[in-house]
Amino acid sequence: MRESIKDKVAIVGMGCTQFGERWDADVEDLIKEATTEALEDAGIDIKDIQAGWVGTGRGSQQVPMGPPSAIIASSALQTQYIPFTRVENLCCAGQEALRAAAFGIASKCYDCVLAIGVEKLKDTGYGGLGEMYPGKWEPLYGALSTPPGRYAMAATAYFSKFGLSPQEGKTILAEISVKSHYYGARNPKSHLKREITVEEAVNAPMICWPLGLYDCCGVTDGASAAVLVPAEDAKKYRDDYVTIKGFAIATGAGWGKENEDYDFTYWAETREAAKVVYAEAGIKDPRKELQLVELHDCFSIAELIATESMFLCEHGKFREEFTEKRAYYHDGEMPVDVSGGLKSFGHPIGASGAREVYEIYKQIQGKVEEPSRQIKNIEIGLAHNQGGHPGRFVTGIAIIGAP
Amino acid sequence: MAGITSYGAYIPIYRLSRETINGVWGGTGKGEKAVANADEDSLTMGVEAARDCIKGVEKDSIDALYFASTTPPYKEKQSASIMAAACDLKEDIVTVDLTDSIRSATIAIMMALDAVKAGSARQVLVVAADTRLGPPDTAFESLFGDGAAAFLIGNEGVAVEIEGSTCLASEFVDYWRLEYDKIIRSWEDRFIREESYVPYVEKAVSALLKKQNMTAKDFSKAVIYSPDRRMQPAIVKSLGLDPKEQVQGLLFDTVGHTGTALVPMVLVSALEEAKAGDRILVVNYGDGADAHALRVTEEIGKLKDRRGIKGYLAFKIQLANYGKYMRFRDLMEWEHDLFMERRMALPEVWRRRNFYFRFYGVKCTKCGRIMVPPPNVCIYCQADEKYFEEVPLSDKQGKLVTYSMDVRSRALDPPNVLAAVNFDGGGRFFSQMTDRDPDKIEIGMTMELTFRRIHDALGIHNYFWKCRPVRG
Repeated sequence: MRESIKDKVAIVGMGCTQFGERWDADVEDLIKEATTEALEDAGIDIKDIQAGWVGTGRGSQQVPMGPPSAIIASSALQTQYIPFTRVENLCCAGQEALRAAAFGIASKCYDCVLAIGVEKLKDTGYGGLGEMYPGKWEPLYGALSTPPGRYAMAATAYFSKFGLSPQEGKTILAEISVKSHYYGARNPKSHLKREITVEEAVNAPMICWPLGLYDCCGVTDGASAAVLVPAEDAKKYRDDYVTIKGFAIATGAGWGKENEDYDFTYWAETREAAKVVYAEAGIKDPRKELQLVELHDCFSIAELIATESMFLCEHGKFREEFTEKRAYYHDGEMPVDVSGGLKSFGHPIGASGAREVYEIYKQIQGKVEEPSRQIKNIEIGLAHNQGGHPGRFVTGIAIIGAP
Repeated sequence: MAGITSYGAYIPIYRLSRETINGVWGGTGKGEKAVANADEDSLTMGVEAARDCIKGVEKDSIDALYFASTTPPYKEKQSASIMAAACDLKEDIVTVDLTDSIRSATIAIMMALDAVKAGSARQVLVVAADTRLGPPDTAFESLFGDGAAAFLIGNEGVAVEIEGSTCLASEFVDYWRLEYDKIIRSWEDRFIREESYVPYVEKAVSALLKKQNMTAKDFSKAVIYSPDRRMQPAIVKSLGLDPKEQVQGLLFDTVGHTGTALVPMVLVSALEEAKAGDRILVVNYGDGADAHALRVTEEIGKLKDRRGIKGYLAFKIQLANYGKYMRFRDLMEWEHDLFMERRMALPEVWRRRNFYFRFYGVKCTKCGRIMVPPPNVCIYCQADEKYFEEVPLSDKQGKLVTYSMDVRSRALDPPNVLAAVNFDGGGRFFSQMTDRDPDKIEIGMTMELTFRRIHDALGIHNYFWKCRPVRG
């Protein structure tokens, strides 16, 4: 890397829509809703924006030609001929939008840019994410490999490798989901707001063995947006801005499932991205130095493995280091997903990356919507996002902190 | 003398108990019938039987493949050529589907014999498979089962000589299906028995006996087709056969009436018990009749490792209810699916045909590791694909590394089991697991491969390989 991005780019405004099954809103409505909040938060007008990036997996279109262009954003916001670009990197799309916007600032091409993440999933008429359009191998090789199907293979493998009975394994996962629902219930913008118990989670209807209903995130609509400016200009907008400490994208070689040596119990891409971003941000002991981790918990097992793969505890030690110590609660030693996470806050594919950053941004400002989950004296947090599936991920990590 | 040089058979793992059928419609049917899995059809079952049959056989010696079935998956598009690819046979091979008659299996054997005798083929693979359906709430529904058998016909290493045959054609109409019929139609059974079945079988057999200068007593076993449970005794009696000693059971209580595959499967079960010197009478019926005099040779001993009827009968999973059967055979109108069709691009299948049909992986000659599907660059040492050589993997077994069971899957036989299998000798297959008991899946269990119909879209049947717990 030629130069670190640390402290060069500031976020001075953020917005996030209500997440959920947004029967009232289409993809452009969601973009408008998140962006309006971000602009108001930054105290600027849409005319101040010089360029924009919108991250989305599918927009709202389950059609053969794939998702739409960035015109969904320029049209919703009526920007007048400024550059707007759509970025896509599966569930990393929102983080890719932030990264592209940050590079636009760091390159000194622009003074004020917009990053948006959005997804409209609930206009399809069915649950889940739908079929892939024909491509290499798909949908014949790997037919019916749903996201739960693929992540559950990791749970089975993890239980087996670390000698956990299905009951023990499911209980560890249930504890994670109880925490996610606890915070979902304490976040006004979250999708799922009902608290659950370990017993409910363990005994819930099976979705994909060994993952039950409460081990899986729902299908959610939503958008999030951020206004980025050069760090040296940030004070013109507000005092409590945050800066970007590091970005990493690790795009896996994509053949983990077919690699005899891969055992499905760790995320190789997350390990690599973590190493890069820790180096860029100057973090030596992540568990001690990070004050909040918002990670990609589309499934309970995804939280467990991502936690280990970001070196927040030793491989195989999640139960001792997180479950038993309750370390992942907002008042614990290493808070994780205290927004409710993808699991309870919701996971509109392209929106999640920027939405995680939104939680860290609000936490650092001491302005989370429901004060009972406010972390005390927090100055730095990490947002982790991954797209694809075990063995074939693209992972993005951003570290955000007080200047 | 030319004859059968090898045999194989296949019975799908699912069984539907006739008690379950009686519970829905009434009736007194006994035993059970074999039901093709939701991902099986006559083509895939034929591939199973063919692979059982050609185990250890020099594939280059197979110059033709004849596939007999009244239920081929396509009206236009040959099944035999797909089958030849799945069996990894050579490209310069004569393939044909023989259809529209139960007797196409035995006629295929006669045609194969002619080809071998004429010297135009060294060996011919004859495969018979059927998934015929009787109308719901009839004895035919209860009777009909699914299965397949295969024979290799040649003139070297002959295990069963075919000493003589007779064949009669008849315009008699007894059972039929129109182009879009799913279930068979039929005329009154006594009319069929009295005017066609008994007289044509008698005529074919007596012509054979006369031609071969033999009597019914010369046969240690007789494989005699019957359209249903009730017709065979009349002909057994009129031919003077001993029903207990001489007549080979038709597998109706365990497998059911498998249509085109019936006589071939029953012959395989007779051959599993046969010893050198035994003579077997084989009689098939439908659009006429044909009869054959067979003699078993010492070579029969080398075929003992075939799974055959005995091997496949030993593995079964009961279908929980009639609803599952209706799902598998698509017997109702179902909820409309809002999902996009799982369409597969034909050029993609064609580009990688050696992978999809033959299940070739590649071996990297730089690092020696095996990969499937073939990547562009070695996933282990990043050597370019120009250093790869193709390796056939469909006969490999391996160990289950991990799995999941998707209860909410749109699979017709949920849960959809996803599996990672490490092959003995190298290679990892990320796969769907079929023919499994969800309660008996364990990491480390031995898996083998099976060719299945994965899904249909755009009117195309998409075939590919799955793993399954090893049978045997």
